[in-house]
Amino acid sequence: MHIMEGFLPWYWCLFWYIISLPIVAYGIIKLKKIIGDTPEAKSLLAVTGGFMFLLSSLKLPSVAGSSSHPTGNGLGGVIFGPAISAVLATIVLIFQALLLAHGGITTLGANIFSMGIIGPLVAWIVYKGIVRNNTNTNNEVNIKKSNFSKPSIAMFLGAFLANISTYIVTSFQLAIAFPEPTVELSFIKFLLIFAIPQVSLGICEGLITVIIWENLAKVKFDVLKRLNVFN
Amino acid sequence: MRNKHIILVILAILIATVPFVLYSNLGEEEGYFIGADNKASEVVENTGYIPWFNSIWEAPSAEIESLLFALQAAIGAFIIAYIFGYWHAKSKYNKKQ
Repeated sequence: MHIMEGFLPWYWCLFWYIISLPIVAYGIIKLKKIIGDTPEAKSLLAVTGGFMFLLSSLKLPSVAGSSSHPTGNGLGGVIFGPAISAVLATIVLIFQALLLAHGGITTLGANIFSMGIIGPLVAWIVYKGIVRNNTNTNNEVNIKKSNFSKPSIAMFLGAFLANISTYIVTSFQLAIAFPEPTVELSFIKFLLIFAIPQVSLGICEGLITVIIWENLAKVKFDVLKRLNVFN
Repeated sequence: MRNKHIILVILAILIATVPFVLYSNLGEEEGYFIGADNKASEVVENTGYIPWFNSIWEAPSAEIESLLFALQAAIGAFIIAYIFGYWHAKSKYNKKQ
């Protein structure tokens, strides 16, 4: 999903920076607040950040015949919400822009918007939508036993859709910047490159996210509960 | 639950390896396994667009690039394993007390 350095006209770079930066700033404020209120959340934050680092470095072959990479943004989105995930994604994206020449400083705002904001937001909405109407006690008993419970299924769908939506947003960003011949056709062209290969990668990402999620829920149940993740 | 996670890992590995079977004997020359990011960049360049800014620093070779990717994965895996190990040992210690 990385838009390479210099691959967006300067005004689009500026546009995405203007949208993304306030959310990252809000995320930093929220981050400080969470660490202040629940110091135990620090290690959870490190795990979700590390998870994003790990997953976004793995380039996997796709059933569609190309290679792409997972995003690792669903877990953070569900546990901490989109704003804090945007902060974590910013760290990952700066690392990749400076050391790996993947993505770039000019396109950082656009890449934060897709991987750091919309992906986690989608995961958060999907997860909350599924888990909310369940009685809390049910969720908690099941996740402790690590059954195939609603929180696990919700996390799978959340991570899967976070991955896909990240790439849909990237396709959209490129389509409106390069509407050749039209925005719609350009959007479809980029979707074919980005979103279709992600279907198989997204399933992989969903499965791996569920494994780490269930282990987190088992070990750090109380902290997650205090962060209101189960309802 | 351990077993379930092992099955999930195997499932993920299977899905990731299906393309190798589907497109066996096909490689980069035939247009397979190319990075989606690069493909998209090509489409953009075909519209006649010239990037107005280049990466400040680029890995001098594919080997160095793979080194840095491995480094990124290692940092992530180290953090996850360190913290899970810490929690595990802590809960064991607490039980003994």
